[in-house]
Amino acid sequence: MAYTEEELKKELETKEYEYGFYTDIESDTFPIGLSEDIVRRISEKKEEPEWMTQWRLDAYESWVKMEEPDWANVKYKKPDLQAISYYSAPKKKAKYDSLDQVDPELLETFNKLGISIDEQKKLSGVAVDIVIDSVSVATTFRDTLAKKGIIFCPISEAIKEYPELVKKYIGSVIPPKDNYYAGLNSAVFTDGSFCYIPKGVRCPMELSTYFRINQAGTGQFERTLVIADEGSYVSYLEGCTAPSRDENQLHAAVVELIALDDAEIKYSTVQNWYPGNKEGKGGVFNFVTKRGICHNRSKISWTQVETGSAVTWKYPSCILKGDHSIGEFYSIAVTNNYQQADTGTKMIHLGKNTRSTIISKGISAGQSQNSYRGLVKVGARAKNARNFSQCDSLLMGNDCGAHTFPYIEAKSNSAQIEHEATTSKIGEEQIFYCNQRGIDTEKAIALIVNGFSKEVLNKLPMEFAVEAQKLLEISLEGSVG
Amino acid sequence: MEFKEKLLSSYLAFEEGLDLSDSVHKTRAKALKIFEEKGFPTKKDEAWKYTSLASLISQDYSLFPKSEATIELKDVRKYFLYDTDTYKVIFIDGVYSPFLSNTTHDGLDVCLMSAALIKPKYRKLINAYFNKMAPQDDSLTALNTSYAKEGAFIYIPKSTVAEKPIEIIHFSSGNENALWLQPRNLIVVDQNAQVQIIERHQSLKEHPVVTNSVSEIYLHKDSFLDYYKLQNDLPSASLIDSTYIHQEKNSHASVHTFSLGGKLIRNNLNYFHKGEHALSTLKGVTILEGKQHVDHSTLVHHAQPNCESHQDYKSIFSNRSEGVFNGKILVDKIAQKTNAFQQNNNILIDDNATVNTKPQLEIFADDVKCSHGCTIGQLNEEVLFYMRSRGIPEKEAKALMTYAFANNVLDSVQLPSLKKRINQQIANKLGVNLGFEL
Repeated sequence: MAYTEEELKKELETKEYEYGFYTDIESDTFPIGLSEDIVRRISEKKEEPEWMTQWRLDAYESWVKMEEPDWANVKYKKPDLQAISYYSAPKKKAKYDSLDQVDPELLETFNKLGISIDEQKKLSGVAVDIVIDSVSVATTFRDTLAKKGIIFCPISEAIKEYPELVKKYIGSVIPPKDNYYAGLNSAVFTDGSFCYIPKGVRCPMELSTYFRINQAGTGQFERTLVIADEGSYVSYLEGCTAPSRDENQLHAAVVELIALDDAEIKYSTVQNWYPGNKEGKGGVFNFVTKRGICHNRSKISWTQVETGSAVTWKYPSCILKGDHSIGEFYSIAVTNNYQQADTGTKMIHLGKNTRSTIISKGISAGQSQNSYRGLVKVGARAKNARNFSQCDSLLMGNDCGAHTFPYIEAKSNSAQIEHEATTSKIGEEQIFYCNQRGIDTEKAIALIVNGFSKEVLNKLPMEFAVEAQKLLEISLEGSVG
Repeated sequence: MEFKEKLLSSYLAFEEGLDLSDSVHKTRAKALKIFEEKGFPTKKDEAWKYTSLASLISQDYSLFPKSEATIELKDVRKYFLYDTDTYKVIFIDGVYSPFLSNTTHDGLDVCLMSAALIKPKYRKLINAYFNKMAPQDDSLTALNTSYAKEGAFIYIPKSTVAEKPIEIIHFSSGNENALWLQPRNLIVVDQNAQVQIIERHQSLKEHPVVTNSVSEIYLHKDSFLDYYKLQNDLPSASLIDSTYIHQEKNSHASVHTFSLGGKLIRNNLNYFHKGEHALSTLKGVTILEGKQHVDHSTLVHHAQPNCESHQDYKSIFSNRSEGVFNGKILVDKIAQKTNAFQQNNNILIDDNATVNTKPQLEIFADDVKCSHGCTIGQLNEEVLFYMRSRGIPEKEAKALMTYAFANNVLDSVQLPSLKKRINQQIANKLGVNLGFEL
């Protein structure tokens, strides 16, 4: 564990992606390209009702007119959307009632991912929905949850079984016209998770989704919809991995959260898509739209640990529509080698006495670029709105960059907004202070980096914290603990 | 006819009497092409997201005043900092007023841009500095360059200290219905020289006037600049002020901006560090009411190691006024050991006032200390209660608190009489009776 900064840097550069295996599962893949016909075929394949097909087609129609945005502080070769396949599903039976029916090779995949479903079932009580190449392959613990009235299933099933819920809420927070990638997702999403917590129910376990892009030349477009009815509580986890590939893979997901009166949603992400190799070749483009809406006295909390992806472009947001609602955003973004991240949040205060907290920590190493981009907006009717934002960046090495672009718009004279940002490297004075007290330099660096990200790590649910720690260690091994 | 068209078509009239084969004019013509191509910035441009020029450019303005206006000294004396003890470069409706001015060529040059552009004596300086600091692709700066003819030209030679402060004042008389002014200043401070400058734009009558001003400032090694921008104009006047400062090794540049009045004010304040150990200070007090709009857009480009920059902007907004702060700190890869600080505090007095702020850091070097802080808030209730419990009426207590909030920016003002005057202006603006002489 004893590392100097130099060694740490070296380690960061040479660390290979641990999850870069490819599972040879026979899969059913659509021809490449995107057209109205493909959208129809996806809908058909998923045996969707007519209204859903129409919804997709409307989304496709408006998407065709949109242009890919280029305002983010990232540089990449725009993916050719006609060169990827929009449907790739493991060929074997689509539904599983128990783990016995699951393809053993698939189970092997999960073991490699470090999420033994069995083990998790027993030890942590996490219900997992696993999505490979955008098709949901396994959902555990459904029965236990069903007893409480909680619905947790692939969204393709929800469309068929709970159409009234899906119809009411899908696209209500992120309309298909919202942005380029949300539009694309709305047209071609193939699966994802759906979760509904009934009134007054406190979900007894963490719900979890695992995403993995397996096939070459496919894009992953999953859609998550979480609805917490009045007075309910749910904690939701999301993890992502992909095999190492030379070409860039595209991941364009949409996550919508709806917290009705007095509800609370805690959404945690550990994103570890393949970041590309040392030379910056390959890796996943992670263009995700995540947004939640808070009704009266409700709370949405986003926590994210972003270690992967070649390019990340993601702003989990909260619309604080109801009075006394609360939005939180805790983020650690680690970039290394040639990774680029442009991430942050939007807190839109509309209701009275709304509060929001933003804590963002960026660590850049190698030749990477790490940006925080955030918006805090206080509407004229949002009396006594309160926001606190803090963005800290830590730079390791001389070739990386850290950037902050906070937008603050206030229209209410009772709003209180504080924003602060710092950029620094590990200070010589800090190390000197530790040395003085008998802590050697290696240990001091470890302490400082650990302390730097602790604020956010502490926000992760217990079951996930261990794994997040593990992922962070890939990038910052030695300095943690 | 759209105003942009007018600017383009009036160019022939502007060219009359100018030496068209001159290199300066070639620069102008080139700049006009850039403006023609880019046009006025719109809200779609990221840098103009919160400030719209649409209402300004939808009107018509005269570009060249028809009649020469005369102003009595007694009418404008109150706008001067001192009666005698300053160099003055004074313009009325964009035309130089020899009667009110006090220029010099004794040891240092405080004179006119129009003279400097023509006289062979200054040719070397013009070739070296004119339009060299301003970015070529900024459309409003290009517009100014294309019409650049008049303004202040200041050259402080090596190891010279300008004994007296220099006042640059632009009056608009109100003789024209609506006036569009484009002054262009060039200030060169040579090695080890020092200068203090006060710039002011003032209209004497309520009438629409827009000033698109550009100042280029070059600070050589070990030089020192202390610059004050007083923006306390009538609510009919708008100002777009772009200042570009190049700093060589060990130079100090400090700019204070006091935005107390005007219809729309946009301050583009840009610093570029060309040598090590340069120090930059940017400070501002903004107090607005009515429907006024102020946009402070700052850039500090740290391109060399061991430089420092400090920014501190305090703003108070009442009624329906709108404020924008767009601060950017850019630290290049080689600019190690940079210390850059940025602070922006805002108070919203009324519910219809708006603040949009975007403090940005773009950092490519690892051994730096950079931070920014930004707050939007109200007066502290407890302090207010404390004062009221000791018999200070609410209105006065509030006024005193806002005064104290803005006042600490003034600590670094070097000219005592200017400090006193601005203090008084801020106090008047906030309705505070200080009860003592400053």
